[in-house]
Amino acid sequence: MAVTKLFGARIKRREDPRLIAGKASYTDDIKLAGLLHAVIVRSPHAHARITRIDVASARQTPGVVAVFTGADLTGKVGPLPCAWLIPNSELKTPAHPAIAVDRVRYVGDAVAVVVADDRYSARDGAELVQVEYEPLPVVTDAEQAVRPGAPLLHDEVPDNVTFRWKLSGGDAGAAFGQAARVIKQRFVNQRLIANPIETRAAVAQYRADTGELTLWVTSQNPHIHRVILSGVLGIPEHKFRVISPEVGGGFGSKIFVYPDEAIAAFCARELGRPVKWVEDRRENYLVTAHGRDHITEVELAVQQDGTLLGLRGRTYANLGAYVSTAAPGIPTILHGLMLSGCYRLPAVDYEVVGVLTNTTPVDAYRGAGRPEATFIVERLMDLAAAELGIDPIEIRRRNFIRADQFPFTTCTGLSYDSGDYEQALQMAMQMVDYPAWRARQRGPTEGKYIGIGASTYVEICGLGPSPVAGAVGFQGGLWGSAVIRVHPTGKVNVFMGEKPHGQGEETTFAQIVADELGVPIDDIQVVHGDTAVTPMGWGTYGSRTTAVGGGATTVAARKIVDKAQKIAAHMLEAAERDIRFESGRFFVDGAPGRAKTFQEVALQAYLAWSLPTGMEPGLEASAFYDPPNFTYPFGTHLCAVEVDAETGGVEIKQYVAVDDCGKAINPLIVDGQVHGGITQGLAQALYEAAVYDEQGQLLSGSMMDYVVPKASQVPLYATARTETPSPHHPLGVKGVGETGTIASTAAVANAVMDALRPFGIRHLDMPLTAGRIWQAIQDARQTKRGAKP
Amino acid sequence: MKHAISVKVNGATYRRDVEPRLLLVHYLREALGLTGTHIGCDTTNCGACTVLMNGLAVKSCTVLAVQADGADIVTVEGLAQNGKLHPIQEGFWEEHGLQCGFCTPGMMLTAVQILERTPDPSDEEIRHGLDGNLCRCTGYQHIVNSVRYAARKMKEESLPAIPQPAAAAESGTGKEGR
Repeated sequence: MAVTKLFGARIKRREDPRLIAGKASYTDDIKLAGLLHAVIVRSPHAHARITRIDVASARQTPGVVAVFTGADLTGKVGPLPCAWLIPNSELKTPAHPAIAVDRVRYVGDAVAVVVADDRYSARDGAELVQVEYEPLPVVTDAEQAVRPGAPLLHDEVPDNVTFRWKLSGGDAGAAFGQAARVIKQRFVNQRLIANPIETRAAVAQYRADTGELTLWVTSQNPHIHRVILSGVLGIPEHKFRVISPEVGGGFGSKIFVYPDEAIAAFCARELGRPVKWVEDRRENYLVTAHGRDHITEVELAVQQDGTLLGLRGRTYANLGAYVSTAAPGIPTILHGLMLSGCYRLPAVDYEVVGVLTNTTPVDAYRGAGRPEATFIVERLMDLAAAELGIDPIEIRRRNFIRADQFPFTTCTGLSYDSGDYEQALQMAMQMVDYPAWRARQRGPTEGKYIGIGASTYVEICGLGPSPVAGAVGFQGGLWGSAVIRVHPTGKVNVFMGEKPHGQGEETTFAQIVADELGVPIDDIQVVHGDTAVTPMGWGTYGSRTTAVGGGATTVAARKIVDKAQKIAAHMLEAAERDIRFESGRFFVDGAPGRAKTFQEVALQAYLAWSLPTGMEPGLEASAFYDPPNFTYPFGTHLCAVEVDAETGGVEIKQYVAVDDCGKAINPLIVDGQVHGGITQGLAQALYEAAVYDEQGQLLSGSMMDYVVPKASQVPLYATARTETPSPHHPLGVKGVGETGTIASTAAVANAVMDALRPFGIRHLDMPLTAGRIWQAIQDARQTKRGAKP
Repeated sequence: MKHAISVKVNGATYRRDVEPRLLLVHYLREALGLTGTHIGCDTTNCGACTVLMNGLAVKSCTVLAVQADGADIVTVEGLAQNGKLHPIQEGFWEEHGLQCGFCTPGMMLTAVQILERTPDPSDEEIRHGLDGNLCRCTGYQHIVNSVRYAARKMKEESLPAIPQPAAAAESGTGKEGR
């Protein structure tokens, strides 16, 4: 390993000066000469036939330049493809046209686009597009959608089932045969809305003379946008440049390739003028992919002492009206395979059914499958503990994969790279003073009920490796990439294939490179987001950027040092094996005065007056890092809550997170990732839910109706870390973008349910709102009339 | 019909003819090119568009440009003075109060109002004061630390919360309203 001056340092972020000055350029900030604005007209019906569209008055609106409908796009804009074709599942991916032609399938489905000189005129025109619909029967619930006689969304999917995916490992039949207890529960992982504060947007510019298209788009993966849209629009990749400028959060929702950016590009090409489309928040709620929405029936076989024997069950995953870019992989690969949690679970027998409904498409949302799995496993552990009369911490300990069992192969075939689950648990227990909380819980209640919840989790992260991606049907590689270009003065550019959008890799990757090359961090500039200058890369999601992109950056930097060392040896007239490299200086071993700085070597690399025989001039390197395995961060989150029985209100009294993301490059940034992640996860437990009525109208259709938590609604977090390096990663890092979200939902839900145990309440579905808890307490009191808890 | 309005923004006076329906946030972003003020929702919930108008934090998506006629506006671009960061900007940078940065301008301007009213706020006062601004990245903890940092700094150096720009040069007039 290189000098570790900056690796591990809590330095402030290099992205911030432009952001705090208001000088950053997000997609909506792009201004081009002759720019037009597009507004998309959307279906108010969840399911209907389009019988007539009249755009005449819209076209006559002052300022309106053009109006296009689905018919105008036919043959010019292909359907939006699905890019995760999970095998052995009879997967069906019905066509998803960018603009509906004859039928709409969810509220928000595009039916026309109005392009005008400015956004106000475009909206005026959109108001005047007249669409006649013949409403069709609607189904929004996954369980109802698979029943015989349910309304059907797509002719090519006769039962609304897009896939049936089966998973088995070990002998679940035998496990349940010998179980002392079987814990059964139905769980609902409710539908969530990602809510990056920046909505999506696109600006497209087409040059008819060269056939080149430039698309600025709010993307977590500009290269994926280019590959897919190249096919959709019929513009070859070498004439298609995608720029993802500053991106205001994504949380998964900006991974996917949506109709809207294809529509903007189409308009720009048709009109020969640049076109901007900016989603408003209501549209964001209606058309940007939602997350979660699983209904699960599951059972867990245990021995009397709490030892896990097996798990079996079925999840209905509501995928909405069309199969979004990565949708099939989320409830299957990223969910089903993680149902072992951090335990020695010998057998799994499971089925995931992907279901189409008249709702917004569902795809990855922070954690993507893993929070759902963790919630199921961790709730089951608490239910098992309660039934068996074992402390919930103790039952986890009894089933943990032990530190000496890594690498550990789960019964469904994943190989967990490294871990020490007990150590993280112990640290968290010390931080919360668990016995004190239990004592307080047993004390007088005065209407306030204490609950303590644990979530001991493990997650699959750092997505690659590519051969596995291929084996599970992901239509791409999952390596990371970097190009490092050292300039003649020794200044350095790092071009990333991935695309940070708030995670701070301009800082952490500069930390990596500064250490590896021994140059001042101020001599390094990290560049990302532009397909014209960055190497092909698969994007930022799945806590993968630092793992695979950081891996590529490290490998590229080491290639640079390798070449520089050869040049230095030549310059110093010494054998390469005698050259040492420390803190940016190459020197002859034993003669530190005979030295060349990295900058002197860089200059010589370009002057090329005296290079080793046969060596090419220049000093740059590229690396495509395909990891040998996934990474598996883990940890323990503990949460203490107080439930007010009179109001049902929940107050989080203490929250402790001990996360192990391998080696931490910048602890300040790691803390920030953990805080934000916890907040999104606890919001699923307590606040958030996307709710449809029976007609498929999104009732939680604005920020007034959907609870994105405010500052006063979240507690103070205490964070700590254990460090178990990934044994297969050149830097030992694992990834931290999703840990908080994966862990916290279960910790908070378990705490609330623990507080409600005196009422005999076994389980409540999320969100655990005051109203829902209050009602459950009233119902419980009714049931146990006279038996006051 | 357009209306002629005159608005002082970050110390400079701008005269523009605007449609009566033009939102202040679009006036700032598109007529004046001050894109540091962001739009995050359409229901006045998220606060990304927060600016100071006559010393008060307002959501500029819920103010018409014509209502700002004669007003004195401070946007994120006006926080730093003479090349020196405002303590709240420094706080956000030092304490990692931002990730994607999209809510940050509005968040900082709300924080300025909190500090103007409560120079030494408690964590609870800060959190309550920030309730009109949503952040999806940070979980707010580092934002609270950032505001406390700014409070300390302002106290130590006796700095005002609301920036006091030197009388700026008159800006050009323009006829374009949007």
